[in-house]
Amino acid sequence: METKPKKILAIASGGGHWVQLRRLMPAFEGHDVVFATVNPAYRSDVADYKFYTVTDATRWDRLKLVRLVLELVWLLLRQRPDVVISTGAAPGYIALRLAKWMRIRTVWIDSIANVERLSLSGEWAGGFADLWLTQWAHLGQPDGPAYRGSVL
Amino acid sequence: MIFVTVGAQMPFDRLIRAVDAWTGERGRQDVFAQIGPTDYRPEHMEWTKFLNPPEFNACFRDCTAVVAHAGMGTLITALELGKPILVMPRRADLHETRNDHQLPTAKHFGERSNVDVAYAEPELSACLDRVESLTVDGRVGPTASPELVAAVRSFIEG
Repeated sequence: METKPKKILAIASGGGHWVQLRRLMPAFEGHDVVFATVNPAYRSDVADYKFYTVTDATRWDRLKLVRLVLELVWLLLRQRPDVVISTGAAPGYIALRLAKWMRIRTVWIDSIANVERLSLSGEWAGGFADLWLTQWAHLGQPDGPAYRGSVL
Repeated sequence: MIFVTVGAQMPFDRLIRAVDAWTGERGRQDVFAQIGPTDYRPEHMEWTKFLNPPEFNACFRDCTAVVAHAGMGTLITALELGKPILVMPRRADLHETRNDHQLPTAKHFGERSNVDVAYAEPELSACLDRVESLTVDGRVGPTASPELVAAVRSFIEG
């Protein structure tokens, strides 16, 4: 059955988070996806898509956090996605919180690097993710996060 | 060429110093290191602080082996390209990272035939001697598992 294309904001910070987000590309096929990350150099990885950068903030830097929140509010208002999806970390977590508040549906996929326990942002994201996933079967719980495969 | 990389976010001088010393001892002329935001200057190997994605990909493609921190981006890229890789996990108590997630990451991915782990500098030299001869059992495909793709897709369309 054909579904109407959805608008997706796919957001991740640098390094492994971004690499994992890119491996999800087939899940977005046929939909209108916008990418957001923290490093302008990643633009060439997704040359055929709309691409935005936001401030690379961690929870240790309040001033940058404020900037990041403002940038994300602006991005969400301008793009009006149907779904926000993130593979971590801080920018994705904040995007999910804002999206939830704006009644946008949300997906958190905790990084495959978190083998023994969920990341802190992944734990926090649980309250704001409509689909809340770990990439390790042994970390899956009945009340979430769920395990539904991995990026590998 | 052996490609050494520590990512862009934080320095990892403990690894860079040890690989630099090994390069000098062995007289290797073909070690290239991306060393991150640090003031340390390697003496025996070519280096740069940062690489943009096309440069990073080119180094990865052209190298015979990779030596790195246990960062997920580097590990996944090594699996995608089927490269032998030696990782040393960063340690939070030495302020090399904010938490110790690289230790279990290294342990887990170290079970793959083309991934070797040095947990500390003393092990590194022996691991470096054999990194180029690690067996590569093929590559992982370029995309997430069908199960995860299906789960995300059905959520998006649901």
